[in-house]
Amino acid sequence: MISDALSLDPLVVGVILGMAAVTVLTKVGGIWIVRRFELSDRLEAGLNVLPGAIVIAVLGPELVNGGPAEWGAAVVVLVVMWRTESILLALCAGVLSVVGFRALL
Amino acid sequence: MERNPENDVYPTQERSDRETEDATAGADESETVTRTESTAVSSVGPDSGPGPDPGPDPAPNSTPGSGSVASAETDLDPDPETVTFGWEGVRTGFLTCLPVALGVGGYGIAFGVLANQAGLSVAEAVLMSATVVAGASQIVAIELWGDPIPIAAVLVTTFAINLRYSLMGAALQPWFKHLSASKVYGSLFVMADENWALTMRNLRSGDGYGAFLLGSGFAVWLFWVGATVVGAVAGGVVGDPTEYGFDFILAAVFLALAAELWEGKSSLVPWTVALAAAIVAAELVPGRWYILLGGLAAAAVEVIRYDQ
Repeated sequence: MISDALSLDPLVVGVILGMAAVTVLTKVGGIWIVRRFELSDRLEAGLNVLPGAIVIAVLGPELVNGGPAEWGAAVVVLVVMWRTESILLALCAGVLSVVGFRALL
Repeated sequence: MERNPENDVYPTQERSDRETEDATAGADESETVTRTESTAVSSVGPDSGPGPDPGPDPAPNSTPGSGSVASAETDLDPDPETVTFGWEGVRTGFLTCLPVALGVGGYGIAFGVLANQAGLSVAEAVLMSATVVAGASQIVAIELWGDPIPIAAVLVTTFAINLRYSLMGAALQPWFKHLSASKVYGSLFVMADENWALTMRNLRSGDGYGAFLLGSGFAVWLFWVGATVVGAVAGGVVGDPTEYGFDFILAAVFLALAAELWEGKSSLVPWTVALAAAIVAAELVPGRWYILLGGLAAAAVEVIRYDQ
């Protein structure tokens, strides 16, 4: 049983390391490119909007796929964040309210 | 979130002693770079919230040493004056990320259970969590897993799901350009969605903790790997993470970040474009391409609008 748990199939290990390599490539690739090449001001302006745009791109479909419980909790997070500027409070309030709303709605 | 106000500004000399405790493998000499061209002022104390945000993002000036000044478009930059890489940043990142990492742990357990069901041994599941460190792609890979393993499908899917990290990494360049390659690439290994968001938030606040990504990533890594062990060993015993609202943590972190990234009118067009592109892409394209497409669409529109 113990030996089963610790067994490492060479092929499985190979695929896992392949996944690891591919993932490192994606994590490092973007900054490798922008470090290497000189970007025009125009491109920099584009790069500037990336953080907000990525955040919205993650959130949009996630919230669209959610329901009233998630939308309500999203409002709670935004309000708590706006009032307190504490991410910890906002997180706790969001998670608690999503559990609460799911039980109620 | 805790923050030490005394570390916020002008840390040039005080930081050097911390460099000796540098926790990273590739750490060499102290690396404190002072920006001279920026007139921006670091914020002290609590972050600038959604209201009084001082202005747009720092310009991603990608030409180290060229000393090129922020363009007219971006002269409101809250650019960090210094970016340090030391123990304080690792520690701050780790502690800030702990509650979030706890939620990541919920998913680690789910992943461990799924990996166990797919026939991976505990050692194999843990190896994957420890070396890949990318939750969504690991769970999808496990869903594809079979006998024989569809190697090409697993690798291509992993790449596609994780391509968004390229964009996230590139967004860190305004700060990371001050750091050596080994520090940047070492930190990026432990980058996940959650700690990228927290890092973005910290760097924008002007703390200049270049090691924040590493510290917060280590917290994620620790809980992700530890929870994988628990899930893989416990098998089917553990319940569903949605029961405890863990599935909402990622959205909550990103919502909080969105509240801080909002810059008023200048955000309106890129955010609308990103939102529309992501929602449409999520409907039409499988996987997580929508994140990449949303980000790229907004950047493309901004590039086209430049000068107008």
